[in-house]
Amino acid sequence: MPMLQTLGLNKRFGGLHVTNNVDLTLQAGEVHCLIGPNGAGKSTLFRLILGEHLPSSGAILFGGEDITSLKPFQRIRRGMSVKFQVPGIFKALSVRQNLEIAMQHHYPPAVLGEEIDKLLAFLNLTADSTRLAGNLSHGQKQWLEIGMAVSLKPRLLLLDEPTAGMSPEETHATGEMVKRLNAQGMTVLAVEHDMAFVRQVAQQVTVLHLGKVFAQGSIDEIVANEDVAAIYLGQTTAHETAHEPAGGPHA
Amino acid sequence: MNALSRFFARLEGPQTLGRGPGFWIGFLIVLAGACAYPLFSDGYTVGNTVYFFTWIFMALGLSLIWGYGGALSFGQTAFFGIAGYAYGILTINFGAAYGFTFIALLFAVAIAALFAALLGYFLFFGRISGVFLGIVTLSVTLVLERFMAQTAGPEWKIGAARLNGFNGMSNMPPLTVPWPGGDIVLFPDVQLYYVVLGMLVLVYLGLRILVNSPFGNVLVAIRENPERAEMLGYDIRKYQLGTFVIGAALAGLSGVLYTSWGQYITPSSMGMTAAALPIVWVAVGGRSDLTTTLVGTITVLAVFQALTIHGSQYALVVMGIMLVLTVLLAPRGLIYALARLIARPFSKRQPGDA
Repeated sequence: MPMLQTLGLNKRFGGLHVTNNVDLTLQAGEVHCLIGPNGAGKSTLFRLILGEHLPSSGAILFGGEDITSLKPFQRIRRGMSVKFQVPGIFKALSVRQNLEIAMQHHYPPAVLGEEIDKLLAFLNLTADSTRLAGNLSHGQKQWLEIGMAVSLKPRLLLLDEPTAGMSPEETHATGEMVKRLNAQGMTVLAVEHDMAFVRQVAQQVTVLHLGKVFAQGSIDEIVANEDVAAIYLGQTTAHETAHEPAGGPHA
Repeated sequence: MNALSRFFARLEGPQTLGRGPGFWIGFLIVLAGACAYPLFSDGYTVGNTVYFFTWIFMALGLSLIWGYGGALSFGQTAFFGIAGYAYGILTINFGAAYGFTFIALLFAVAIAALFAALLGYFLFFGRISGVFLGIVTLSVTLVLERFMAQTAGPEWKIGAARLNGFNGMSNMPPLTVPWPGGDIVLFPDVQLYYVVLGMLVLVYLGLRILVNSPFGNVLVAIRENPERAEMLGYDIRKYQLGTFVIGAALAGLSGVLYTSWGQYITPSSMGMTAAALPIVWVAVGGRSDLTTTLVGTITVLAVFQALTIHGSQYALVVMGIMLVLTVLLAPRGLIYALARLIARPFSKRQPGDA
């Protein structure tokens, strides 16, 4: 059974068709990257999966269960977790308290403290545990939020541009962290611009363009695909793609 | 650590200023002073001090909703008024015998809480937030004031209780403790002082435990970043609603104590001025902490009282100036800023921390 499936997912904002009949399938245990030029509908699709937007039509299945009409917190409780693009942390609270808020209902009180210590060590934030989260460096904030997302022990981890604003070294370290989490059995869906990161982690890649699934396949297949290169260079117009959705070779 | 000691350990934590033996020794000294105070004063003055105390419950409730939860309610006096009138109606109809005044207190507070639950449901589940929350809650308060103000006619009565419009409802019995050999009537005097002081200590400590509990953690998380809080799996609207109801119940408790203290309540207790004052107390003291709210409220009330005696209407102007100065100079509150200043030499701080 796939971990996540979207079936004919449509979202219209007024006359704007932001996602158009999107069928996306994530197998359990894979790292799947969602790429596409600006305005392709990646963020909207992401928010549809999270439940921040409700689709105009179509369905979302999570572990076989129809979650289309569930509220965001209900989806989280079923085993999703998310890291936002802009670090979504509690700035005026200490690093430790940020993690405590994430973890307090997932561990019995007696072991909560130890588990927080472990995660702090994993995130390399032990020395910063009493600092206010808002005073961390940008990279540390990103890691703290990844830590909060991971501490829920999700089946599916959603990452919205996890490496935005990171140095190449930080990006690489983040990629290694994602691979390590994946090795522990976590399914990952990442929206990402950074192709180095995509190459490093992705097992499957879906290209969105103008709200539609343009191409799907392994990273090598996507890189070799001339149509994908073309849309990134802006050579394919909306008019042309409208006539050749099947021309985007589904692998 | 077993569950009970963990419960009491929450008397201090990241959400409250003041921890360690130093703070608690200071707390006990202040408490002892408060207990000893009637010995060095007369019943009339002590009775007037109770008047100050009655407001603090509402201020603490507002601190919880606004300072901790990040939702500015401009309508705490609505719950104050509802509970005050409910106490009046209940006790005028059923009297004070057999300790009924305390049952009336509970009912009145419950009615205020129920009203808050209904209102809060539409507010929070309708996703009203920010300044709109303030506007709606203030509107509800003013509507209630207007409504009560037009109840002067004899047709506006519930049982034996005349609502009396702008003249207000009066002659409800004070809180009365049933006692073998004669009930103890708690007029504004030393006995009432101890009862209210006891309530205050219980509420203050109870709220400290609440805000340092997992519930309080989620509350400040919602204040800081509601989207992130929801995306950690919390149904934030339930938490907001729960907080709103607790805050309203505390405002209701203030309303009952005020009404039984003066045996009097009028619609103006819900008016524009009355609705704005709790916000001044809480903002000036430091809304994001229970202790600074408590100290701030007492301080501002004392200043207000002193000014009222000497300059009547100018007191309100001074309140407004205090609020403006607080917002400009110490947005987290004057008492809060003072507390941080005093604590600074004693605490080790990370470079870069605010």
